[in-house]
Amino acid sequence: MKKLTFLLVFFLSIFATLHAQIEAVKGYGIGEKAADFKLKNVDGTMFSLANMKDVKGYIIVFTCNHCPYSKMYEARIIALDNKYKPQGFPVVAINPNDPEIEPEDSFGMMKSVAKKKKYPFPYLFDDGQKIYPLFGATRTPHVFILDKELTVKYIGAIDDSAEDGSKAYEKFAERALNSLLKGEDPEPGVTRAIGCTIKAKKKK
Amino acid sequence: MLKKILILFSWILFAQQIFAQNKVAVVNFAQLEPMLQRENDTIYVVNFWATWCRPCVAELPFFEELTEKNQKNPLKVVLVSLDFGTQLESKLIPFLRKNKIKSFVVLLSDKNANAWIQKINPSWSGAIPATLCYKGKKSIFHEQEFENFEDLENFVTQLK
Repeated sequence: MKKLTFLLVFFLSIFATLHAQIEAVKGYGIGEKAADFKLKNVDGTMFSLANMKDVKGYIIVFTCNHCPYSKMYEARIIALDNKYKPQGFPVVAINPNDPEIEPEDSFGMMKSVAKKKKYPFPYLFDDGQKIYPLFGATRTPHVFILDKELTVKYIGAIDDSAEDGSKAYEKFAERALNSLLKGEDPEPGVTRAIGCTIKAKKKK
Repeated sequence: MLKKILILFSWILFAQQIFAQNKVAVVNFAQLEPMLQRENDTIYVVNFWATWCRPCVAELPFFEELTEKNQKNPLKVVLVSLDFGTQLESKLIPFLRKNKIKSFVVLLSDKNANAWIQKINPSWSGAIPATLCYKGKKSIFHEQEFENFEDLENFVTQLK
């Protein structure tokens, strides 16, 4: 009986640990299928990934107006779209921040930035902050590359040189896209980089 | 004669180092790592921040208060600036002077962030502010800002 109790406690604790680990990892992982969404675009229309026809996948970039790292990467996000949209991987930018905390990230400001910088891609507002937690986005910029079936193939950074893209040793996102274009899985599938936290509505 | 020159030369180097420590040391990750794994009875509160990061700057006074309050306790605050190495003189040092920052500051300038971010904590995606708090082998991590001093103090108390 003692043995049985011991075994029971043993398995329960393993179960609890595993459960805690699952709890800790939030958002989609590599190989998981993302759900499509419907968000307001700066052109005033509602946008879903399904709107984009004849694509091989999507480069989803959580980014915003105010974050200095997003600003530094802005030109590189436009360049990614210019280079990979013709090859079937368009950029879809999403602002995940709560404008009450960061007024520069309001929908109105998004519209003026997109217009001024001539964004060639949709720039969506995660109004109500429902979408970024599904992806598990934590910072701006944060890139998620999906294939046509919305399977997550790459999560992470654009490159390893925020300050000056021309000095990057590793262009992670481009490398991932080139792999996908060859029909291979990106390696590495997950990368990390410094960025701004996503400004979530304060819990009351 | 040669010996004298050598001695003089090494003194200059030594003096330069002392001078540099009075300012802010610029370190790569290999140099920072020992500061993240000291095995003694001190609680180390290591905050990753940058002058360009508004929520980071907003919570700095809480870390300063922690330093102030624990002068006689085994607790040390380490502010790891992620400003660019090229902005040490133009941004970081003027900022520290202007805000009279008393906590210990180092500037981490290491391009291989993809490698070192997960070494600091496997759950960290790289967003700042982020705070690591450790004592011996026990550590806790927070990838968000603190709302107020009490929040920070409660976080640190988890280790005690």
